[in-house]
Amino acid sequence: MSAVLDHHAGHAHDHDHGPLKGWRRWVFATNHKDIGTMYLLFAFAMLMIGGILALCIRAELFKPGLQFFNPELFNSFTTMHGLIMVFGAIMPAFVGFANWMLPLQIGASDMAFARMNNFSFWLMIPAAAILAGSFFMPGGAPAAGWTLYAPLTLQMGPSMDAAIFAMHIMGASSIMGSINIIVTILNMRAPGMTLMKMPLFAWTWLITAYLLIAVMPVLAGAITMTLTDRHFGTSFFTPAGGGDPIMYQHIFWFFGHPEVYIMILPAFGIVSAIVPAFARKRLFGYTSMVYATASIAILSFIVWAHHMYATGMPVTGQLFFMYATMLIAVPTGVKIFNWIATMWRGSMTFETPMLWSVGFIFVFTMGGFTGLICSMAPVDINIQDTYYVVAHFHYVLVAGSLYALFAGVYYWGPKWTGVMYSETRGKIHFWWSLIAFNVTFFPMHFLGLAGMPRRYADYPMQFADFNALASVGAFAFGLAQVYFFVFVVVPMMRGQGPKAPQKPWEGAEGLEWEVPSPAPHHTFETPPRLDATATKVVG
Amino acid sequence: MSAATPHGATPYYFVPAPSSHPAMASLGLFFVVLGAGQWVNGHGWGAWSLLLGLAIWLRTLFVWFREAIHESETGLYSPRIDASFRWSMSWFIFSEVMFFAAFFGALYWARVHTLPMLGNLDHQLLWPDFQAVWPSQGGSTVSPAGTVEPFTIMGPWPIPTINTAILLTSGMTLTIAHHAMVAGERAKTIRWMWVTVALGVIFLGFQAYEYIHAYRDLNLKLSSGIYGSTFFMLTGFHGFHVFVGMLMLLVITLRLQKGHFTPERHFGFEGAAWYWHFVDVVWLGLYFLVYWL
Amino acid sequence: MALSAPWALLQPAHAAAAVQGLPGGPAVNQLDMHPPVTEIARQVHGLHWFVMIVCVVIFVAVFGVMFYSIIKHRKSVGAKSAHFHESVAVEIAWTLVPFLIVVVMGFAATKTVVAMKDTSNADLTIKTTGYQWKWGYDYLQGEGQGISFLSTLDLRQRQLSDAGTPEGDDYLLKVDNPLVVPVGKKVRIITTANDVIHSWMVPAFAVKQDAIPGFVRDTWFRADKTGDFYGQCVELCGKEHAYMPIHVKVLSAEDYSQWVDGKKKELAAKADDPKKTWKLDELVARGEKVYTANCAVCHKPDGKGAGPIKALDGSTVVLDGDKGKQIHVLLNGQNNGAMPAWKALSDTEIAAVITYTKNQWSNKTGQIVQPAEIVAARGK
Ligand code: HEA
Ligand code: HEA
Ligand code: CUA
Ligand SMILES: [Cu+2]
Repeated sequence: MSAVLDHHAGHAHDHDHGPLKGWRRWVFATNHKDIGTMYLLFAFAMLMIGGILALCIRAELFKPGLQFFNPELFNSFTTMHGLIMVFGAIMPAFVGFANWMLPLQIGASDMAFARMNNFSFWLMIPAAAILAGSFFMPGGAPAAGWTLYAPLTLQMGPSMDAAIFAMHIMGASSIMGSINIIVTILNMRAPGMTLMKMPLFAWTWLITAYLLIAVMPVLAGAITMTLTDRHFGTSFFTPAGGGDPIMYQHIFWFFGHPEVYIMILPAFGIVSAIVPAFARKRLFGYTSMVYATASIAILSFIVWAHHMYATGMPVTGQLFFMYATMLIAVPTGVKIFNWIATMWRGSMTFETPMLWSVGFIFVFTMGGFTGLICSMAPVDINIQDTYYVVAHFHYVLVAGSLYALFAGVYYWGPKWTGVMYSETRGKIHFWWSLIAFNVTFFPMHFLGLAGMPRRYADYPMQFADFNALASVGAFAFGLAQVYFFVFVVVPMMRGQGPKAPQKPWEGAEGLEWEVPSPAPHHTFETPPRLDATATKVVG
Repeated sequence: MSAATPHGATPYYFVPAPSSHPAMASLGLFFVVLGAGQWVNGHGWGAWSLLLGLAIWLRTLFVWFREAIHESETGLYSPRIDASFRWSMSWFIFSEVMFFAAFFGALYWARVHTLPMLGNLDHQLLWPDFQAVWPSQGGSTVSPAGTVEPFTIMGPWPIPTINTAILLTSGMTLTIAHHAMVAGERAKTIRWMWVTVALGVIFLGFQAYEYIHAYRDLNLKLSSGIYGSTFFMLTGFHGFHVFVGMLMLLVITLRLQKGHFTPERHFGFEGAAWYWHFVDVVWLGLYFLVYWL
Repeated sequence: MALSAPWALLQPAHAAAAVQGLPGGPAVNQLDMHPPVTEIARQVHGLHWFVMIVCVVIFVAVFGVMFYSIIKHRKSVGAKSAHFHESVAVEIAWTLVPFLIVVVMGFAATKTVVAMKDTSNADLTIKTTGYQWKWGYDYLQGEGQGISFLSTLDLRQRQLSDAGTPEGDDYLLKVDNPLVVPVGKKVRIITTANDVIHSWMVPAFAVKQDAIPGFVRDTWFRADKTGDFYGQCVELCGKEHAYMPIHVKVLSAEDYSQWVDGKKKELAAKADDPKKTWKLDELVARGEKVYTANCAVCHKPDGKGAGPIKALDGSTVVLDGDKGKQIHVLLNGQNNGAMPAWKALSDTEIAAVITYTKNQWSNKTGQIVQPAEIVAARGK
């Protein structure tokens, strides 16, 4: 495919034929694939750290009474687990996917701003270092929850400031990354790749990037106010000076709610690529999928106070936010239904990516339903800040975002590495994770209904059995990820395994399958000519 | 440096060669945030780390931009890249809008919800002496707990109004410069650009004076309760943006003097101008919401 | 059989100490919400079941279809893929139907939201203040007006937690002074806080209200049963967040009146005259009680503190000849409230506890702080 492997025009390289050698290749990278790889590895490392913190939490909660940690340290674990998973693992992982796949999928030579792209990545490193380093600061890591509610944050030690600055940096990284993604999608599509022919993954990322640009600066504002309240005498969140701690929550959740969709929309995109591929049938209702994604994004700006039912809003506020939140079930449902309609009368096979995707649809929907139950203000009054919420968001974040990420790794991994993973191992990883996941998080619904509060280092005896079960599940789930790393990721990275064909999946469509596996360092340096469906390169 | 383009042709989409700038800039910011976090907690070395980081960062940005300008001037940037720049600048400005939205939101919330609530009947339980008036009038009612020293508020007259006039004028002078640019009258462009930059500097001078006046004569400080908090954070961040915008315009002016840009292609100019107009619009919001209302 | 240490860690707790459900609190392995004790809680209970059933039905229907398809339309059974990929009609259908379902759900919840928020015409109004880490109750209006006390987790249970040897059905739920209310009366709870946000929750009443420093919020309940009901603080409020439970005792009208009488007498007897001059050992004895109830959680019974918590034993501030320093710390707090301000204690209590610390453990200063000195310090 000459158009694809065209190395001649338009490159500022003195050495057109391949990447730099050694560490320079990574540190100085301007290649979207290399940067994507770094993002993915970084995210995986963060998943490990966040996961180990989760296991510390689960170890402490294995039985009542304090076993290993004092309550303050426990709170730090919870806080850092949340922050690291959200900002360090899930978000960067999706950005890694965007980097790798978007240019390939839309037929672009690279991201729009290749150097800024690398800047976005390398900003994550100092941010993560400082965030993780805060454990070693006097007073320990921040322990105010990942939501960093004032005025508790005003009581924290110096590590709070470190965390605030680290989050500023991550915010800057996200904003630059998002600008890059939006511009790439809007401006660098190959001729013929109209917006409505774009793969859904590109669509979901376009909308996600928009959400990120809209809300990350708001988070920056909120934590900047925290910073000045802490050190420069302002009283944004101090009633004594006329401020309001609830104001923090409003600003935070104006960011925070869209943030959760930031973590799920790209997952929808990945699943929308995989389901048609293995059903060997075109995605059902492409147009409505696009509209549904956009609706979710728009609605996400007007539901934030469903996290604040217990703060004592006026009736009208509660009702408004309750209705608005419930509405989100509609576009999300459209997505679920479209996926199932795609499977309907297809010719399905269940390789690992498809397993994860079906698992995603099944388990994520459970999380969606518990979300809906949370959205009912009167019911939420009983379950807010209990383990029910913890169960809800792990169903959507782990069984949602993380499962989709796994699905994507299996689906596109052969394109990245040039080798096939072992199906057996993939399947073991899937079933093991699925079972362990549910053992971990399903009992938490009961704990929450029975009133066990979250962020508790110790709990009444009656909650003991379900907690023990959850802890056992958590370790099993963690071990499954070790298995994944050792027996799937490492072999693939080393290039062990059968050589992957250009298009390993019979039913897959899209430009990424028009280039060889592994994808060459440079692809689509001149825009490819596409067929009418914009899924094939012609000529 | 690596801009070895085949035969001087403009590539379809220029992808830069591997570069150390991003990593260096990150390293700089590492020292910045490391230092800042320590400094605010009273560790002197933090300030040095901060300065070191800033130095690394600024130097990196300088070489980075210089390189980009060089690429642009040597014709590596196709119209498609120009479009990328336009999109990216628009989205960047959108993100800035949202940053200010957080602080405007805080002002709105504090005035429309918090203040009346703290002064209502229920809250007499906690703050029996507090009277909810905005702007706070001094005396014991200045803050619920009476912890804030009395102060005088900053009215719209005269400095903020003068500053409004200055910024609006600068918007005009900038537009004149732009028209001159398009018409190919470089000397005129440069002249009006200098006027614009000067107006920016004068604005900042006035604002500095205003702050000194606030601290010295009005006892209005960052610590003056929610009024002081919102006042200084909003005007302060705005002032900072004026400063940055002014630097952008300055760089553009210097580049114009070096002969950069053509009447057809001058996005660097336009991007800076967009930014300046954005800063202008934010100011109008401030002028009405902070000073008048 | 005695298990060796590492395995003992792995043994689930209630196998060792057979735990019973706590009436009004959690039951062992409880699967549902608490049995409702108020009208609102009954509605909430019903709503929860209602939405859950709706969700389960949809779930079964949707995934019934999916699994049918997975079984029938797989390549290995010879399924050939169809070519349809669009249908405006079904898209509209599956947008509208869920929309109608959520409208019904929203409609069902509305009445309860409105009822929950209606705190007017209360028979009894109680102010509930969250402190790090205890609750304070002030009866503001209605029978019992004027009563006020603090409610703290049982110190022994706190120590059991540290020791990792929990026991008892009311583990972490037992307080020294429960909130007492009459049955069948509308009780309005006004929440506020002293330091950070806390949240006052009693699941059996379906009540949860954040307690926000500097602000007041309210909620209400009308218990239709006597008995003991338990809840916990549900907003992260610092290190002892897990250790500030709520215990509400609902009494019959007569018992409640009796309790009010008793409590009033008790308070009158306790109401110390801040002008009284005390002897050293009297103050120390009184101070020990105050210390155990308020300070021992952090500074530990032996005064040694832990981690970032300062030791009092041998502390320079405590030993200082200038008594004003320690008084200042107690009245105003320190380290941004990591050491909270204890203004809420009475003059006598503060004087007593300071005197106690100045003469306890290895601290043998012989100094004595009289309530009058606290009165004077507050005036400043
Ligand atoms: C990926 C992340 C993600 C996603 C996708 C969601 C999705 C949703 N969430 Fe969740 N949520 C979180 C992450 C997420 N959430 C997190 C992290 C928190 C806790 C934060 C913290 O406090 O730390 C939280 C907390 C949270 C709360 C606050 C709980 C509390 O603190 O008391 C609420 C309340 O309304 C809520 C609601 C919802 C709803 C209604 C959805 C909806 O989008 C779900 C929609 C999906 C479905 C409904 C299923 C599929 C639909 C159909 C099959 C159609 C038919 C269905 C019907 C007609 C019913 N979430
Ligand atoms: C964003 C994604 C995300 C992900 C993926 C996870 C993953 C997990 N989380 Fe979650 N969690 C959050 C986001 C996430 N979490 C958030 C936002 C909060 C709220 C924080 C707050 O309240 O402020 C929270 C809170 C939270 C709590 C409540 C804490 C509390 O309230 O005190 C618990 C408790 O069980 C928990 C458990 C787990 C577990 C067991 C996993 C597991 O899925 C993790 C599995 C992964 C691994 C285990 C790593 C891989 C393996 C290794 C590194 C090798 C070592 C392992 C072995 C040797 C076994 N999390
Ligand atoms: Cu008080 Cu949590
Ligand atoms: Cu939300």
